[in-house]
Amino acid sequence: MAEIVPLAEAIGAAVHDGDAVAMEGFTHLIPFAAGHEVIRQRRRDLTLIRMTPDLIYDQLIGAGCARKLVFSWGGNPGVGSLHRFRDAVERSWPAPLEIEEHSHAGMANRYVAGASGLPFAMLRGYRGTGLMEAGGPGRDGPQHPSIRAVTCPFTGEILTAVSALNPDVAIVHAQRADTSGNVQLWGITGIQKEAVLAARRSVVTVEEIVPALDPRPDAVVLPAWTVSYVAAAPGGSRPSYALGYYDRDNDAYQAWDQISRDRERFGQWLDTEIFGAARV
Amino acid sequence: MSEHPADYTADEIMTVTAARALRDGRTCFVGIGLPSGAANLARATHAPGLVLIYESGTIGTKPDRLPLSIGDGILAETADAVVSVPEIFNYWLQPGRIDVGFLGAAQIDKFGNINTTVIGDYSDPKTRLPGAGGAPEIAASCREVIVIVRQTRRAFVEHVDFITSVGYGSGPGSRERLGLTGAGPGKIITDLGVLEPDPQTCEFTATGLYPGVTLDQARERTGWDLAAAPGLVTLPPPTATELAALRRFTTRAKE
Repeated sequence: MAEIVPLAEAIGAAVHDGDAVAMEGFTHLIPFAAGHEVIRQRRRDLTLIRMTPDLIYDQLIGAGCARKLVFSWGGNPGVGSLHRFRDAVERSWPAPLEIEEHSHAGMANRYVAGASGLPFAMLRGYRGTGLMEAGGPGRDGPQHPSIRAVTCPFTGEILTAVSALNPDVAIVHAQRADTSGNVQLWGITGIQKEAVLAARRSVVTVEEIVPALDPRPDAVVLPAWTVSYVAAAPGGSRPSYALGYYDRDNDAYQAWDQISRDRERFGQWLDTEIFGAARV
Repeated sequence: MSEHPADYTADEIMTVTAARALRDGRTCFVGIGLPSGAANLARATHAPGLVLIYESGTIGTKPDRLPLSIGDGILAETADAVVSVPEIFNYWLQPGRIDVGFLGAAQIDKFGNINTTVIGDYSDPKTRLPGAGGAPEIAASCREVIVIVRQTRRAFVEHVDFITSVGYGSGPGSRERLGLTGAGPGKIITDLGVLEPDPQTCEFTATGLYPGVTLDQARERTGWDLAAAPGLVTLPPPTATELAALRRFTTRAKE
């Protein structure tokens, strides 16, 4: 049953060094406040899982929290590169970053398998692509750790299996929770439900905690008994957006391109925006 | 650009030409960046019934400004339906319901294979690119694929460094052998003109060039021995209506 606690307490209890952590939110409702708290608590050796690493994982990678990244698209949407991610992959700074790479369809299905209690999911995908061999390297590289060809037992068609994702902890942001810890989110709901249901533990940050949730026909509801911790974090998905609360701060995404290009400037950003903020 | 003396840029004629390739009433799975601009322009001009689908799960979305990302709020607020990410890929894309997949590329080869993963060796890349996103399955499963990419020697290569999304693989028969259900890339639209696959060899050839662009210029900016298709045409420049609609979008995107 969800415990409603302050954010720092939720992250402290749910996220441990060496954990596999999935922070999801497809452009919308990205859990930035929670990600920043993970940096602030100086978690290390995390396996970071996320379809679209975005600024939030650029920040965690640059801050040295990650050992490995499992992902399907690592860019700054509409702007360009994630420079901290690139620096880690291309120059092993601040530490080498192991990567396990998929397509969106593959990642989505891996979460579905995890949420469904199955060892793998199946799709028509990856065939003929370098991703099939690459968890590692190009044409002669080792087999991908989480992609295999399988034969349909009914038709004989060759399909692709991807292994289930079952993160130690999933972290998502939602518009609302009620005082019992039931969570409601709407708009682009991405992969959050699957991530929470696939994970062993979960933290949900919310814009507000209300006495009761108004029913919304298009909303995803995560009942309190599927969530470990709920924490109020108003504005907690900025600079992404929370439909009905605030818009995406496109300027911040543009500005990140400059901040993140330079190791020193990124270090200053960490000091003032993450560590400074904690001591106020 | 200086080789286009008229009052439109190479990017503008590219976007307009790409928009024209999208027919009214069809369904289009839209990648971010150049494809998104062209698809929205098509809907604002000759194809008001074009159904735009983004991998964020927004189906039939009708934004009045260009989204900066594939998951902008405007896409959800103006959509016929918003579905989850597993659903958009499994129920909508995978069975072959979508007419056109519209993709960008960092590198593309003569068989229309696309690389958006790495430049250089995968394990020790010169440049780490964003990766696959939705593209591999869009390229595999849409009935047809259109690629929009600026034509340079760096982008148009004999062999891509990494196959992120399959075009015609190693040539005729590849898609069938791989069990890819869609027909593959039908057009590559660039800032010089349009390339289409030769029906026999699957190799991309120049089928149209913009006014003032020569075949030699296109060949100079292509890393394979680019042939001219029989009946190579000069493509029409943008109309005033198209340019005005495009510039309205671009201005609003910057607001």
